[in-house]
Amino acid sequence: MDFGFSQEQEMLRATARKFFENECPSTFVRQMLDDPAGVTPDFWQKLAEQGWLGLIYPEAYGGVGLGFVDLTVLMEEMGRAVMPGPYFSSVLLGGLALLEAGSESQKKEWLTKISAGAAKVTLAWTEPNARWDAAAVTLQAREGRGGFALSGTKLFVHDAHTADALVVAARTANGASPEAGVSLFLVPRDARGLEVKLLPTMDQTRKLCEVTLKDVQVGAAALMGEKNTGWQPLARVVDRATVALCAEMCGGAQKILDMTTEYAKIRVAFGKPIGSYQGVKHRAADMLVDVENAKSITYYAAWVVDEQVAQAPLAASMAKAYVSDAYRKVAAAGIQLHGGIGFTWEHDLHLYFKRAKGSEFTFGDATYHRERVAQLINL
Amino acid sequence: MDFRLTREQESFRDEVRAWLRQNLPKEWTSRVISGPDVPRVEAYKFLREWQKRLFDAGFIGLTWPKEYGGRGLTFMEEFILHEEMALAKAPPVLNILGIAMAGPTIIAYGTEEQKKRYPPKILSCEEIWCQGYSEPNAGSDLASLQTRAVRDGDHFVVNGQKVWTSIAQAADWMMLLARTDPDAPKHKGITYFLLDMHSPGVSVRPLRQITGDAEFNEVFFENVRVPRENVLGGVNNGWQVGITTLMYERLALGFGLQVRLRIALDALVGLAKRTKKNGDVATRDPIVRQKLAQLWIDTEAFKYTGARAITKLLRGEMPGAEASTGKIWWCETHQRLQDIAMELQGPYHQLMGGTDWALDQGLWQYTFLRSRANSVEGGTTEIQKNIIGERVLGLPKG
Repeated sequence: MDFGFSQEQEMLRATARKFFENECPSTFVRQMLDDPAGVTPDFWQKLAEQGWLGLIYPEAYGGVGLGFVDLTVLMEEMGRAVMPGPYFSSVLLGGLALLEAGSESQKKEWLTKISAGAAKVTLAWTEPNARWDAAAVTLQAREGRGGFALSGTKLFVHDAHTADALVVAARTANGASPEAGVSLFLVPRDARGLEVKLLPTMDQTRKLCEVTLKDVQVGAAALMGEKNTGWQPLARVVDRATVALCAEMCGGAQKILDMTTEYAKIRVAFGKPIGSYQGVKHRAADMLVDVENAKSITYYAAWVVDEQVAQAPLAASMAKAYVSDAYRKVAAAGIQLHGGIGFTWEHDLHLYFKRAKGSEFTFGDATYHRERVAQLINL
Repeated sequence: MDFRLTREQESFRDEVRAWLRQNLPKEWTSRVISGPDVPRVEAYKFLREWQKRLFDAGFIGLTWPKEYGGRGLTFMEEFILHEEMALAKAPPVLNILGIAMAGPTIIAYGTEEQKKRYPPKILSCEEIWCQGYSEPNAGSDLASLQTRAVRDGDHFVVNGQKVWTSIAQAADWMMLLARTDPDAPKHKGITYFLLDMHSPGVSVRPLRQITGDAEFNEVFFENVRVPRENVLGGVNNGWQVGITTLMYERLALGFGLQVRLRIALDALVGLAKRTKKNGDVATRDPIVRQKLAQLWIDTEAFKYTGARAITKLLRGEMPGAEASTGKIWWCETHQRLQDIAMELQGPYHQLMGGTDWALDQGLWQYTFLRSRANSVEGGTTEIQKNIIGERVLGLPKG
């Protein structure tokens, strides 16, 4: 057993930390809050040059061919920088959906473009019903005339407004089991009848969209994999993206703990640094417990994704349940221990607090995942 | 990163597993939920023999150097042993304070004579050790201890009192911290002694606990003469030596905790599956499901955090932040687990063993009460949080 990172992974961490300190300081993050795209072409190109846009794709598709544990390191650093932009939606949601379900030619074309920074693809899965299971997918795809016609509404879609294409989860059969009738389609964003509306979000570093499809016509080649078999690959994508999200959340939580500890050392009240008071010290210790456990359970899940795939659903749900609560609690404690300054727009804490809140509910909150854990351990 | 055991580690695990299958006392496993949930006071003689058998089989002192009776293996084998013993619901190791604390401290600070004299008998359980640290007015603030040791020729004469001393009624030796220089700053005037519990002037009075058992004791010293050569690590250097002991305690005792938690949780899930709540099986209740799933997740998190700390040790590095959180997390999770065990039983939780109406022969009632000590013994949760705040996060002292 060796449950730690390798030297190469520690080097990746050091490189990434330095890169984000230089290229993604909070001044940049703040510029992106009101920027509709949420990212600059220049920044995106630099991520591509680092090889990070194709980090986990096979080399045959323009990627670097690294594993999920490597990705975990990078995601932690992105979370630490509360990095804006469509990395999550394009590299992990759209890209992984293509990797799981796409045809050879779809993978070759799109993953190569994503890795090079030449295209972005997102995943249009969730709907106004706000569910995370297969029954969530109600958008209809009707077969006919050598293709399909898609109609319905997708909600909470990450970065659809800047994507070149969307992987759309649609219902192609209404059988007894909701899992049985889901299909995935690769749809260009400029398809006729597809309309994207950018939504105002609490976490302005994450851009969410409403995507309306009105009788959008796609050819048979747009279908990814076999008809009606889209749920299994989609579930695998979501489990993986969930683990990557947990890693990002761990990085953010660690950063809040670091900021809070530093502040508690220098902020003086009643003649002493506030960190010397147990009311502050003990809460900081509680934060550390949450952060360390969050990392441990996330690292395990990342390892499982690479090495013991059958355990991935349970590992992903354990991690998301723990980390969802942990990041929210740590972010709230960070604001509390900073006092008034922590409540200001000027201080960076709110960027993390809002990211924590948004991430908490992305792919299901702790309550959802605890119930999923209960099912998977046969309670 | 790899969570799997190596081939060598797997073969060690198989060796332990095979031995336990052959040698596990059935009369013990048939009456326990998780192994250490029967009061030790009921079984000192039995547990002494059990440890001797483990020792003869080569399973005690795995990480100790060979020259002092150990096997010179790594913490990984120690971890595997604890895991297998817990999974098999094996009886606990009686001389755990000797093995986890006294022995390693003597090996670290002892003279060559001390290192030859004491450690082997700790392993074989020929000599049982207890820990003389806490006093009525020195618990969390240990350095305030007042037990005095005054030099008299080749001896020190000890007067004073210790309290909460587990297993003192069966112990042959004590790790004693006593004040040798009352004028020095409080951390600087303490000496670590190896005290023979059979010396004239030592008296042990059992203290009855919340469970009704007397697992721990008061120990009184009245002009007890301790030879000079029983000083460990130098006169007035006892604080340093004693702190080392506590570090070993947290490290070694931590290994067993995660598996005990796992076993207790499995037992709790079993209980929930055969318990009715509002006319239906308790595990169908959504709130019960949430609570049990959270316990499951928290138990797993504890395991992986421990694995990170062990990995650091195996790589020859000092464990970092991840190692400091274990005790707090274990207490919090285990006490919550025991609370839920009571909650699941509803009004039946009131019944102790001795009636057919009691669930699981009343064993949960004992473990529930015993668990209250978890956040006090071995450093209170409050002290642990001070340590994390100051040593890990670098916050200023109060």
